[in-house]
Amino acid sequence: MRLPCPICGERDRREFYYQGDAVALDRPARDAGGAAWDDYLHNRDNPAGETRDLWHHAAGCGAWIVVTRDTVTHAVSGAKLVGAKR
Amino acid sequence: MRVIKPTGTPLTFTFDGVQYRGVEGDTLASALLANGVKLVGRSFKYHRPRGIVTAGSEEPNALVTIGTGPSQEPNVRATTVQLFNGLEARSQNAWPSLKRDAMAVNDLAAPFLSAGFYYKTFMWPKAFWEKLYEPIIRRAAGLGALSGEANSDTYEKAFAHCDVLVIGAGPAGLMAALTAGRAGADVIVADEDAVMGGRLLAETFDVDGQAGADWAADAVAELAAMPNVRLMPRTTVTGAYDQGTFGALEEVSRHVPRSDAPRECFWRITAKRSILCAGALERPIAFPNNDRPGIMMASAVRAYLNRWGVAPGKAVTIFANNDDAHRTAVDLMDAGVKVAGVIDSRADVAALGDYPLYTSGAVIGTKGRHALDSITITHAGGTRELRTDCLAMSGGWNPTVHLTCHMNGRPQWDDAIQSFVPVEGAIPGMVVAGAANGQMSTAACLQSGAQAACAVATELGLSPVADVPSAEDDPYRIEPLWQVDGKGRKWIDFQNDVHVKDIKLSAQENFRSVEHMKRYTTQGMATDQGKSSNVVALAVLADATGRGIPETGTTTFRPPYVPVSIAAMGAGSQGHGFAPKRLTTSHHASVARGAPMIEAGLWYRPSYFPHPGEATWLESCNREVGYVRNAVGVCDVSTLGKIDIQGPDAAAFLDFVYCNTFSTLKENRVRYGLMLREDGHVMDDGTTARLGADHYVMTTTTAAAGQVMTHLDWVSQALRPDLDVRFASVTEQWAQFAVAGPQARELLNSVLDDAVDGDAWPFMSCGPVSIGGVKGRLFRISFSGEHAYELAVPSRYGASLFRLLTAQAEALGGGAYGMEALNVLRIEKGFITHAEIHGRVTAFDIGFDRMVSQKKDCVGNAASRRPGLLEAERPQLVGLKAVDPKDKITAGAHLFVEGADPVSANDQGYVSSVCWSPTLGSHIGLGFVADGPNRMGEHIVAVDHVRGVRTLVEVCHPVQFDPEGERTRG
Repeated sequence: MRLPCPICGERDRREFYYQGDAVALDRPARDAGGAAWDDYLHNRDNPAGETRDLWHHAAGCGAWIVVTRDTVTHAVSGAKLVGAKR
Repeated sequence: MRVIKPTGTPLTFTFDGVQYRGVEGDTLASALLANGVKLVGRSFKYHRPRGIVTAGSEEPNALVTIGTGPSQEPNVRATTVQLFNGLEARSQNAWPSLKRDAMAVNDLAAPFLSAGFYYKTFMWPKAFWEKLYEPIIRRAAGLGALSGEANSDTYEKAFAHCDVLVIGAGPAGLMAALTAGRAGADVIVADEDAVMGGRLLAETFDVDGQAGADWAADAVAELAAMPNVRLMPRTTVTGAYDQGTFGALEEVSRHVPRSDAPRECFWRITAKRSILCAGALERPIAFPNNDRPGIMMASAVRAYLNRWGVAPGKAVTIFANNDDAHRTAVDLMDAGVKVAGVIDSRADVAALGDYPLYTSGAVIGTKGRHALDSITITHAGGTRELRTDCLAMSGGWNPTVHLTCHMNGRPQWDDAIQSFVPVEGAIPGMVVAGAANGQMSTAACLQSGAQAACAVATELGLSPVADVPSAEDDPYRIEPLWQVDGKGRKWIDFQNDVHVKDIKLSAQENFRSVEHMKRYTTQGMATDQGKSSNVVALAVLADATGRGIPETGTTTFRPPYVPVSIAAMGAGSQGHGFAPKRLTTSHHASVARGAPMIEAGLWYRPSYFPHPGEATWLESCNREVGYVRNAVGVCDVSTLGKIDIQGPDAAAFLDFVYCNTFSTLKENRVRYGLMLREDGHVMDDGTTARLGADHYVMTTTTAAAGQVMTHLDWVSQALRPDLDVRFASVTEQWAQFAVAGPQARELLNSVLDDAVDGDAWPFMSCGPVSIGGVKGRLFRISFSGEHAYELAVPSRYGASLFRLLTAQAEALGGGAYGMEALNVLRIEKGFITHAEIHGRVTAFDIGFDRMVSQKKDCVGNAASRRPGLLEAERPQLVGLKAVDPKDKITAGAHLFVEGADPVSANDQGYVSSVCWSPTLGSHIGLGFVADGPNRMGEHIVAVDHVRGVRTLVEVCHPVQFDPEGERTRG
C-alpha cells in the first residue's frame, strides 16, 4: 500500500502511522455537551466505500495528513495536510 | 536416463546418502530422473510411494530436505532446486527408508482414513486430542522437519521501483519486456526460473525461424544490454498488493555450494504498471491409481526431454484430452524414445507420427510397486494392458491467474479452454498477457505480450512499437475430461492425498461450497496450494453437486504464490534488528561498573551498580538509596524525552497540550505538567522549563517520548494550526544527569565553573551553567524528594561528565544509582510513573484534579469532566504500607476489605508499585483504592492470586517520606 504524502510524494505505508477517522479534526467546543463529545471521541461509521483517514508520516516529514480512500477497492484518491482548508 | 549428451560441467550430489552425477544446468529433479531415480518421496497421509510429477514450482510430490545442521531446509521442491556440486538432498516422511516405509501401513487402513476422519474418529475423550491423537497424527502425517537449531544463514530484504514490472519471462513476458524496454520504459523482469524463456526452453517450437530457446536467449541478451531493464531470474513474484506493490522472493545464493551472500532476498517492488505473463500450468486427470512414480505431466516429460535431454522412461505412454499428447509423442520419438501408446480421450483425432493411437481412450488402472510397470486402458477397440515405465498425462492447461486474484478478483470460466481466465482490471495497473490470459499458441503469446507492453508504455507517455516475430499458431483443441471411472483411488491432490471419493464424500456430507470442501478434504493446501489440482477438484465437486464449474467457483487465491520462508520475510528483523538498542552516553561506564542493564523501551539503563560483598540486588539498591537520602547520588536520566519548543505562541501551545498552565511560568523556572488524552485520561507527565520568553524545553517519560512527539505534531497541525510554534526532539542531543541528595549542591559546585547558591537557585529554577567551559543547562528538580538537580550537557560530553560526577559523588560518600534505587526513591515520595498512569486513570484518580485548569481549554479538558470520571467510588491513588513491615506486598495484587471473599465482585482496587523502603524500614507501595483519599489509616488486604500472596496493608497518603517536602526545598 502506498500513500501520497503532500510534502514527500508517494511513499510506502510502512512510513506512516494510522490514527483513525478524520472526524477527529472536527473538535467540538469545550462546552458542546456530552453527546457531541461522545460522537467526537468514540462514535465512528464503518463505511464500505469512501473514507477519510488520518495518517501521520512518522518515518518521514512528520506531517499529519487526511487520506481519502475506498475501503472496498483500496483505491487512494487523494491526501492533504490536516491544516489545509477543509 | 539422459538421451541427449549434456554440454554442462559434470557435478556430483547425493540423495538419501547415495552419490549421483548430474550436470550444470540440471535441477535436482532432472538429475534424479537422469539417474533413473523415480521414487523420491512418500505421500503426506497414506505414505504412498511418489515420484516427480512436474518440472516447475507447482510440484506436489517431490519435496525433499536439502542441507544439514542449522541450514537444513525442509519441503524444498526438487523441481526448483538448481544442482550444485556437493548438494545433499534427503527424502521426507519415510522411516526407516524410502523403499521400506513402516508407515505405508496407513495405506492399508485407508478405508478408515477418509476425508474428515480425524474430526469423526478422534472426538473423545476430549483431553486425548491434545495429549495423544494430535502428536501421533503429526508424527505419522507430515512433511520435512526443521533442524531445531537457530538458522545461521543470512537473508535480506530490498525495495525496487520501476515503470513496468513484467512477471514471467516466457514468450509473452520476453516480448512484453522487449517492447517496453525498447520504448525506453524502466523495466523489471522477474522470473522464477534460473534461465529465462519459460516454455520456449521446454518445447521444440521455432520463433522467427530459429529454435525457441535460442530466440529466448537472444531476447534475454538484448534485454540485459539495455540500461533501463533489470532482469531478475530466480525471482518469484509472490503477491500483488495495493497501489502497484508486489512481493517477490529471490533465491540469491541457494543455488551455490557456499556463499557469504544472503540465501534469499524478499523484494518489495513498486511498479507504475505490471504485465502478468505467468503462463499456465498443466493439470492431471483423475484416473485409478494415477499416483505411481513414473506418472507425470506431459508438459514435464517434454521439459525434461527438450531442456535437459532426459527421458523419464524407456517406454512412454501418453494419456490426454488435448493435442499436447501428440506433441509429446513426436518429441519423444524424435529423441529416439519409444512411445508405447497414446491414449486420447477424444474420438476424432489422428496420429501425428508412427505411434500406436488409442482413441476414445482412457487409462483405467496402473501397476507397479515403487514405480510404474504397466497400465490398463480402454479405447474404441476394447481393453488392453500396455507395458510402460512412464505415463505422461495432460488434462489441459490452467492459466496462472493467481496474482490477479490477490485483491479480491475472481477468475471467470472460459469454455473454449475449459479453464478459468483472469477478469480484466482485477489488479489496478495490471495487464495480463500470454497463456496466463488464455492465449495458448506461441504466436498468440508473443502477440499479446507485445500488445500489453504497447498499451502500458503508451499510458506512460512512451511511443512503443510492436515488432512481433512469427511462431506456431496451432489451435488449442481440448475436450473436457476430469475423471475416469474404474477400480482404485483416483488421486487429485497428490500433496494432500485427496482423491475423487473424498470430494464426493464432502458433497454428500453437505460440505458443498468449494471453500467448505477445501477445509473438509484439505484439497489445495500445503506447499503447492493445489496449483495443478484445484481445477480438477472443482470439476469433480461440480459434478457431485449437480452444478456447473462456473457456479461452483474457485477457492480464494491468497499470497504468497510459492512458499516464502519466514526468515526471508523477516530479514533484518531478527535479534537486535527486531528491537534496536539505544544506548546512553554513560552506557559503557555503567557496564564497566558491572551494572546489569535493563530495557526501557529501546533504551538500556543500569539496574544497580553492584559492590564487592553484595550478594543480592537489594543490598546494592538499599546502599544506593542511602547515597541519595544521606549524601549524594548520580543517575543518568538522558532517556527521558526532551522536546525543544520555540515560537511566539509556545506558551499558548503548552497551555493547550498540558492540563495546567505554562504561560504564567516565569523565565528560568520549571513546572510539573500533566498531559491528558482527548478522552480525559492521563497521557504522560513531566517537567517543562521556560528557558526564554518564547523558548521552552519539555521532558516526557522515557516510555511515552515518541507518543508525546506524535501528539504534539497532531495538536500543532490539526487542532491549533493558528499557533505559531515549532518544536523538535532533542532527546539524543542532550545527556542529562540527576544529582540528588543533601550534598548535591556541594557536588555541583565542585564541577561548575560558577558556583550555585540557594537564593539564586531555588527549587524549580533553571538556567545556563558552564562546566569546564562547556555550556550546559541546570534544572533544580527532584524525582527523589531530596535537594536535587539535573545537569544537561551536549551528548558528546555525556560520558566524561558522568565519570566526573560519579567520582565527585564517591568522594562525598555517595555514588551512582540505578533504576532500582530510583524506583524506591520515587515510591517513598509518591511520585507516579507509567505503572500508575497506565492509560486508564484520570487526573482525578491520581489526586491532580485541581491541576486541570478550568480557566482555559486544553486537550482532554471537556472529557475529563464527563459523568463517571469524577466519582468518589473510582479507585484513587493512595500509599500502602505493610502492617507488619516485613510482609512483602506484590505489584498487581488486588485489594479487599478484611474478611471479604477475594473475588472480583469485592474488588476495592489494586497495587501498582511496590518496594522495600530502607528509609522507612518497611515494605511499601502505591495503589488505587475506591474512595482512597477518605480511607487513610484503614487496614485492607492485598491478595495476589497469581503468586499466592496475601498481605495486610495500611492505606496511607501517597507521600510516605517527608510529606512536607522540606528536604526538596532545603
